[in-house]
Amino acid sequence: MAVLSALHGFVAGIGASFLGMLRATGALTLFAAQGIIHCILPPWYWRETLRQMLKIGYFSLPVVGLTALFTGAVLALQIYIGGSRFNAEGVVASIVAIGIVRELGPVLGGLMVAGRVSAAIAAELGTMRVTEQIDALTTLSTNPFKYLVAPRLIAGVLTLPILVAVADIIGVMGGFLVGVNRLNFNASTYIANTVNFLEAGDILSGLYKAAAFGFIITLMGCYHGYNSGRGAQGVGNATTNAVVSASVLILAANYILTELFFST
Amino acid sequence: MTPKIALRDVHKSFGSKHVLRGVNLDVMPSESMVVIGGSGTGKSITIKTILGLVRPNKGEVWVDDIRADKARGRKRDVLLDKFGMLFQGGALFDSLSVWENVAFRLRRTMGQDEAREVAITKLRRVGLGPENADLFPGELSGGMQKRVGLARAIADDPEIIFFDEPTTGLDPIMADVINALIREVVVEMGATAITITHDMTSVRRIADKVAMLHNGVIQWTGPVDDMETCGDPYVDQFIHGRADGPIEALR
Repeated sequence: MAVLSALHGFVAGIGASFLGMLRATGALTLFAAQGIIHCILPPWYWRETLRQMLKIGYFSLPVVGLTALFTGAVLALQIYIGGSRFNAEGVVASIVAIGIVRELGPVLGGLMVAGRVSAAIAAELGTMRVTEQIDALTTLSTNPFKYLVAPRLIAGVLTLPILVAVADIIGVMGGFLVGVNRLNFNASTYIANTVNFLEAGDILSGLYKAAAFGFIITLMGCYHGYNSGRGAQGVGNATTNAVVSASVLILAANYILTELFFST
Repeated sequence: MTPKIALRDVHKSFGSKHVLRGVNLDVMPSESMVVIGGSGTGKSITIKTILGLVRPNKGEVWVDDIRADKARGRKRDVLLDKFGMLFQGGALFDSLSVWENVAFRLRRTMGQDEAREVAITKLRRVGLGPENADLFPGELSGGMQKRVGLARAIADDPEIIFFDEPTTGLDPIMADVINALIREVVVEMGATAITITHDMTSVRRIADKVAMLHNGVIQWTGPVDDMETCGDPYVDQFIHGRADGPIEALR
């Protein structure tokens, strides 16, 4: 009897978790749909959107730039070491460029921005929820989705590709610096190999990914902040959930998008 | 006369917790109604239900001739334009300066210079000079934040104003200043006002009528002058702040 009861409890627990997951997925989908509708339909708060673009894009530049610089440098070293085992040291420049532009630039850039921006958005909106500022917006005849969510979503989708484009350049430059100064490659040959082997599709696929990651990062920040629980603990949980879910979704979306680009 | 605001058998539950269990309340035009009641009795939920921030499970909410609980889209926008609200903590937008907070709603129809001018006028009305206009909410004291919140609530000359615990967290002198300001602006503007509070000094200062909310229903309602002598044991216990009586107090 005790075993049956324990089994019942175990199965009920799994069922409750599954239902909870479905409920959360449904709520997130509705939130995203509502957010997209408010991005498309006027009025738009351009001043607020520009402010968010500055916060998400410009102020993330140092952390994304440094990440790209060191990633490019490490990549050059690793490919050189790996390539030297079968006399393929010459591919360093092209593989660094392709690796940075197609994968590492958008993914690592996205993850770094997720840590910085998702958390900041969730904390800001969560605090606004707790201090009734979101309710105050409604009483001032302003739709919170229009004023808070839509500008952040637009800013995320527009600025991440720019940020990643800059990160790509810095990442390739990191590889170049190591290649020329540490591995003694000829500078002009390194640049020629970088440019010759890189195709427009490589760059564009990375930028499309960045736009998708920008959407995910801002959506997760907005969703968890907007639905934050009460008090400091509620805001803390919202911040953690925003970063974790944005990071996981970026990695999952990266695989799906890579499959899509790979098959075309 | 038709009530400006009418609640009819309004129920609201959160899970198994029944907060409102059939609230009936009429607020007449230009009347200052104060809703009293203990903490957690649903006072804030009542005004949030009128504003449409909380959807009732049952019942009707009327504002003028509009069914507020059913209003959507343009109808809801028209309805919200009638309201101003002073929140308990001020709910000022941290990222905006004082004048931008006050002029938030005005910016939809006015240019920056005109909106700033009106905002400064409203700030003066609540006793704040123009030198405060460019400060940010974080730089203000609690009392000043309440004044800015009040200036924002009256900025667009709304027909209806809600005050949620307007004196909570203020010292007695500042509380009296805020009470006096509320009374003045409500009378001056001819607005209909609902204030929720458990501060009896505020009640006597602000109210034309009082409604006592307890156990999810309006236990008693009547003119403020009748409050002391109404004979209702709930009101009597509450206004005199006694631990013994029909309202159970946790010890």
